[in-house]
Amino acid sequence: MTEFLLELKGITVKFGGFKALDDLNLSLRTGELRTVIGPNGAGKTTFLDVITGKVKPIEGDVYFKGKSLLKQREHRIARLGIGRKFQSPRVFEKLSVFDNLALAVAWPKKPIPLLLESTNRAEHARIDKLMSIVNLQAKSTVLAGSLSHGQKQWLEIAMLVGQKPDLLLVDEPVAGLTDEETDLTADLLKSLAGENTVLVIDHDMDFIRRLDSTVTVLHQGHVLCEGDMETIQKEPRVIEVYLGQPEEGIS
Amino acid sequence: MNNFHTSKGRPSWILWIVIIAVIVSAPTILPVFRLNLLGRYLSLAIVALGVDLIWGFTGLLSLGQGIFFALGGYCAAMYLQLNSSGDFPNGIPEFFGLYGIKKLPFFWEPFHSSLFTVVAIWLIPAAVAALLGFLVFRNRIKGVYFSILTQAALLVFFNFFNGQQKLINGTNGLKTDVTLIFGQLVGSESIQRWLFWLTALLVIAAWSFSKWVVRGRFGNVLIGIRDDEPRVRFTGYNPTLFKTIIFAIAGGLAGISGALYTVQSGIVSPQFMTVPFSIEMVIWVAVGGRGTLLGAILGAVIINYAKSLISEALPASWMFIQGGLFILVVTALPEGVLGWIQGSGPRNLLSRLGISRYSATYPKLEMNHNQERD
Repeated sequence: MTEFLLELKGITVKFGGFKALDDLNLSLRTGELRTVIGPNGAGKTTFLDVITGKVKPIEGDVYFKGKSLLKQREHRIARLGIGRKFQSPRVFEKLSVFDNLALAVAWPKKPIPLLLESTNRAEHARIDKLMSIVNLQAKSTVLAGSLSHGQKQWLEIAMLVGQKPDLLLVDEPVAGLTDEETDLTADLLKSLAGENTVLVIDHDMDFIRRLDSTVTVLHQGHVLCEGDMETIQKEPRVIEVYLGQPEEGIS
Repeated sequence: MNNFHTSKGRPSWILWIVIIAVIVSAPTILPVFRLNLLGRYLSLAIVALGVDLIWGFTGLLSLGQGIFFALGGYCAAMYLQLNSSGDFPNGIPEFFGLYGIKKLPFFWEPFHSSLFTVVAIWLIPAAVAALLGFLVFRNRIKGVYFSILTQAALLVFFNFFNGQQKLINGTNGLKTDVTLIFGQLVGSESIQRWLFWLTALLVIAAWSFSKWVVRGRFGNVLIGIRDDEPRVRFTGYNPTLFKTIIFAIAGGLAGISGALYTVQSGIVSPQFMTVPFSIEMVIWVAVGGRGTLLGAILGAVIINYAKSLISEALPASWMFIQGGLFILVVTALPEGVLGWIQGSGPRNLLSRLGISRYSATYPKLEMNHNQERD
């Protein structure tokens, strides 16, 4: 057996009477790049909420590096090495690009050190590197709120990488991006895998094809099937699930 | 390495020159009555700085700062009373006799010491704020619920203090103007002049301290909490700690403010913990400009000075003017007066009047390119 970085076992989440996740099982190996797809309401975002501690399941357990995450609060989970990029870009709009990244790379994330010490040279270098990865060097002092949508998406990805997480959870990174930006984002995420473990949620098929990773299909709160893109596209159950939504474009 | 905060506060050095000039010239220009009023209002600027830290920067709208303000006032007043009560029966402040108390309540004992008092004035309010804040923030109570809770706490303290005749003279409060310090009456002209200087100095110290707190990444975390608290959490920060610390700092500032206000107005009483007074503190900051610090100082001093001048000329009109001012700021200048001046306000006004050639549509274009960081 390979060592799994993240394991979800029998996760069930209920909102009122509605089961958002229903006996969900999923494992990620260290260094893996994984894509999770599924029609609207399949539970994709809820599933990230469970991992990051925002939603507590009524059944099942989540293990990260062999330890259960269920008892941990959000900021603890983040410090353990799980970073999350939200569906719509969420950056600190009243802070500059540089300051956004400075918050992400800061360590330790405790009040007193932050009060007494300013960004040091090593952190400076890391921030500069992050900005160059996502092409935002020229925007260093610009308030994040005045960036374009695509730039905000990238800034948030850069913040995520700046946290040095072992596991990156990326929720719809290419929503609202141009084709060119989408391709660049795919390449960026692929280059991050290996050193990091990356889990991407999306339903842009071209993007997922370009990521070229193992795909997990979620449907009604549980895993429908898993495999590479070729296998998935031929899988009759997947075609059936997606038939109601022809514009999603599984061809 | 720290020049990333360039956007905050352009014309503020002009304001500083004005402020320093006013403070330095006030003792020679103003009659002692007016000087004393100015000193009181300057001390209110310190509580306003605290309100700006928690509300303007961190997004916590506290309607209960009067609690911490009054606690500081009581600490200072009891110290002065204890050190002036040698001639009274049992050597304790006179009012205890009215209620048949012969022995000083134990918790007042340490207030014989001036060193203890100087520390207690800020530490006790800060500790109470930290405790109250921690319980509230840990349970993730925020927004309007937080505001209501702080106001409820204020009412609890108000009623409690009103009822404790035997401990703190209840609704009558503690007088300070007939007490002694350095062998002189606290209400005397020379001591009041001295207190004015002390207050002015402490306002600048409190401002510098607040500026230091919000200057770097700690301040940026506060802004992050204000704008998107869950995002801060997922970045690995624990907002509860940051909020507790800043709420305690604001409480400590309120305590210093209350002590200075008490010794310059001559009395501390539960009236410091009325609901309208704590709301006024918020109005000073809203009018001056949230998140600007300097705006909090200007708001507190100017509004209060205007209040006393206008109330003398047109009694009973002040409440209308204050209400109108608040409505004007909320609707027309949501960033406050200083926020408006420091932002694109004046330029927008000029271009709207057809005076300026610059278009207000892309105000940030010219400052984007390759500004060098160090």
